Amino acid sequence: MIGGALAPFQTENVPSNAYLKRNNMSEPLIYELSKPGRIGANLPALDVPAAALPEGVREGLPLPEVAEVDLVRHYVHLSQVNFGVDTGFYPLGSCTMKYNPKVNEVAARMPGFAQIHPLQSEESVQGAMRLMYELQNLLAEIAGFAAVSLQPAAGAQGELTGTLIMRKYLLDQGQTGRSIILVPDSAHGTNPATSAMAGMKVVTIPSDERGNVDLAALRKFIEEHGPELVGLMLTNPNTLGLFDEHVEEIIRLVHEAGGLVYGDGANFNALLGIVKPGALGFDVMHYNLHKTFSTPHGGGGPGAGPVGVSARLAAYLPGPVVHRDGDGNFFRHMPERSIGRVKTFFGNFGVLVRAYTYIRMHGAAGLRAVSENAVLNANYLQAKLKDTYPVPYGDRLCMHEFVAQGIIEGAPDVHTLDIAKRLIDFGMHPPTIYFPLIVPEALMIEPTETESKETLDAFVEAMARIAEEARTDPQLLHDAPHTTPVRRLDEVQAARHPILCAGGCDMT
Amino acid sequence: MSNYIPNTDADRAAMLAAVGVASIDEFFRVVPEGQRFPELRLPPALSEMEALRELNALQDMNENLQDWRCFLGAGAYHHFIPSVVDAIISRSEFYTAYTPYQPEVSQGTLQAHFEFQSMLVALTGMEVAIVSHYDGGTAVAEAVLMAVHGSRGRTKALISPTVHPQYREVTRTYLEGTNVEIVGDDIAHDRVLSLGEMIDDQTACLVVQNPDFLGRLYTPAEMQALADTAHAAGAMFIVSAYPISLGLLAPPGSYGADIAVGEAQPLGNPVAFGGPYLGYFTTKMELVRRSPGRIVGQTVDVEGERGMVLTLSTREQHIRREKATSNICSNQALNALAAAVYMAALGKNGMRQVAELCYHKAHYAAELIGKLPGYAVVPGPFFNEFAVRCPRPVADTNANLRELHGIIGGYDLEPDYPALAGHMLLCVTEMNTRQDIEGLAQALGEMA
Repeated sequence: MIGGALAPFQTENVPSNAYLKRNNMSEPLIYELSKPGRIGANLPALDVPAAALPEGVREGLPLPEVAEVDLVRHYVHLSQVNFGVDTGFYPLGSCTMKYNPKVNEVAARMPGFAQIHPLQSEESVQGAMRLMYELQNLLAEIAGFAAVSLQPAAGAQGELTGTLIMRKYLLDQGQTGRSIILVPDSAHGTNPATSAMAGMKVVTIPSDERGNVDLAALRKFIEEHGPELVGLMLTNPNTLGLFDEHVEEIIRLVHEAGGLVYGDGANFNALLGIVKPGALGFDVMHYNLHKTFSTPHGGGGPGAGPVGVSARLAAYLPGPVVHRDGDGNFFRHMPERSIGRVKTFFGNFGVLVRAYTYIRMHGAAGLRAVSENAVLNANYLQAKLKDTYPVPYGDRLCMHEFVAQGIIEGAPDVHTLDIAKRLIDFGMHPPTIYFPLIVPEALMIEPTETESKETLDAFVEAMARIAEEARTDPQLLHDAPHTTPVRRLDEVQAARHPILCAGGCDMT
Repeated sequence: MSNYIPNTDADRAAMLAAVGVASIDEFFRVVPEGQRFPELRLPPALSEMEALRELNALQDMNENLQDWRCFLGAGAYHHFIPSVVDAIISRSEFYTAYTPYQPEVSQGTLQAHFEFQSMLVALTGMEVAIVSHYDGGTAVAEAVLMAVHGSRGRTKALISPTVHPQYREVTRTYLEGTNVEIVGDDIAHDRVLSLGEMIDDQTACLVVQNPDFLGRLYTPAEMQALADTAHAAGAMFIVSAYPISLGLLAPPGSYGADIAVGEAQPLGNPVAFGGPYLGYFTTKMELVRRSPGRIVGQTVDVEGERGMVLTLSTREQHIRREKATSNICSNQALNALAAAVYMAALGKNGMRQVAELCYHKAHYAAELIGKLPGYAVVPGPFFNEFAVRCPRPVADTNANLRELHGIIGGYDLEPDYPALAGHMLLCVTEMNTRQDIEGLAQALGEMA
């Protein structure tokens, strides 16, 4: 599909998504494969005397009964109707769907990492503690922070961690009247949701005509409400893929008002070796190890969202963090003014092993090459697409992603959703759609550095073909995708009459 | 150039020309000049072979549970994982996919998660399951937040002192942004059944763990009594349960739980030094629209074919922003897949069998250790963990087990429960053979 000749579905030709379609029958539910008396696992016999069972033994356990071979085929069939980075191009904006190196998987499965208990004595897990210590330091260096906690399980949890740190620090400074978090209108939905969860009031700041934070609006807000400010959450580059042209000024304004600046690291793949957010003045930032540092997305996790902070906030990090004593031994430590634990144990350790492997295999020059190539790939796509699709800020160079619009001249009824669904017929995953909210009909495109020019050219060609089809045969797009195991699904019905488990639980 | 970056110098030159810039550096002119292209002081890059060698040296420094006999649980459980689990989650169509926002190309993840929800509902006896949360601790915290938000301004969350200490710590952090106070920490660990006395009209919820952190098992009647007391006061009853135990024991749905949560790592996920784990979250249908996290629903496509989609997303942050029920986004999808494969592989009879293995082996261990001079097993029903008073300090006992016998001993209860100074919490699973158990008893006996 990718890199080869394009053979999308036309009314007359063969579907190109053969890899997605096993046959015309949908895979049965695991319960539909069940037959009493079958089992898919093999357990040892009881080798001790049986004890009397307690009061309260359950009656019935309605789980399926499936033989091992049928179980494996079931899940293999399901995998065959799933699209991953290993299947094809996955230009999902702000998600950084880069290739996930296989060596990471080997490393994380080593028994000395996968088979150690989190509550073992520290002296029995010095290798794991050392890996965590080194990773804390590597991440701190890469982004220019004084200290890092690896505890948060994902970006959104890193955000919660960061906002709680900011608030507690300000309270410790006697700043009890601060409760407002500023969030640009281009921000990820997690930013406002996190701030609300942390008990803060969210105020939205508009963007200016070049896609930056509107400085005039920021100044005006600070003049009126500066003393109420906890801080600003800034994604930079932002969700338009643009590096804010006034980032130092924004940070200075917030700091002068006594607030702190949070960096959403979702888009950090643009900045490795390019600039250190800590050096720009960001006080806190989370890293998405599952974006920038190549750990797989897993169909929606597990990720990891470590948080880095400037020196004045180091004592507030969630713990435990790993320190090294004078004899070179590693030990866990709860920072003095810690916001507490945000997670059981020490973070998503298996994900940390993968990210550590990735960083060690890149070094400084390798990481810079990652960002340079990610940004080059995005600019190349932007340049090649902007004559076909509007790119609202296309007069600027972008960073690692950009936002186009699914608006096609001469095809007023065709929308972003149609274009996205039609791309699937070309064997490609659609970009992020209808986000950021400030761009109508948004198509947010992030190619990442791990894609070749041939793949990008195939995408450009597919997008051009789709624009042509939109004018000549718009119904082809409205009906897309044509080549997948299921066609467009009725999401309204799913929400109105929820069926949330096999055999019913119908809440209507 | 890295094997992860396919473009050649010639490709880059052609692409720069297409963009109309002379060099890659031009893309970064927008970065303040003084901060542009900083030095990264990192160790030199390693080849794959060298990286694996270094990682192997690091993992070798850890005492792993393949080589050591482990009697440690306390929230992380060493269970047998059938080979099919890793075979399936290693299918890269699953593990390299994103959240299934485009359902037509994500039916694999979606259907597997729909089945996960179904099996979790079966196991817990609840009505509906969310796909996943980060871990047991955050699942408890999110359940408490949900109860608080639904309580119209109640200001207390009553949490049993025998809920995992770290779950209580996480919940405390999550409640920082509210005016809600956590109560129950200072109740004696053996007074869980009288927690009902503390419920008042300001209590949003009662959280109880069963079996509790100390291993103690409460009967369905005892749990139902707590549920009734909570409900009479208008509070929610939240239960954290060990999913393996539910292969044998009456589930939370049978004794009045409004929300049943917990740590589903024991279902097919390795102990992995504490993560990634799998928080599970189950509740009643009437509460699903207030529940945090992703959920898969069944629907049909335009041709009437069955298919799955993420649903009820109007609760979620990407739609609701600051009005969302939670900020949760990426969490533990692949761990949920592992748990689904595990539950399907063991099935109805295997889940019962593994639970019984744990139960009988733990009781055998308790019987042997209880007979040793100087040791006393804390009385009361239990599933597969129990507290033992040791004649020597727990740290010394564990050091002796480790250094002389290759055994990873139990959890020292004193830091969390000063009244239990000198007590360790031992855990026995199907991974412990009779020989292991007798070896532990003998080693402990020699120390008395």
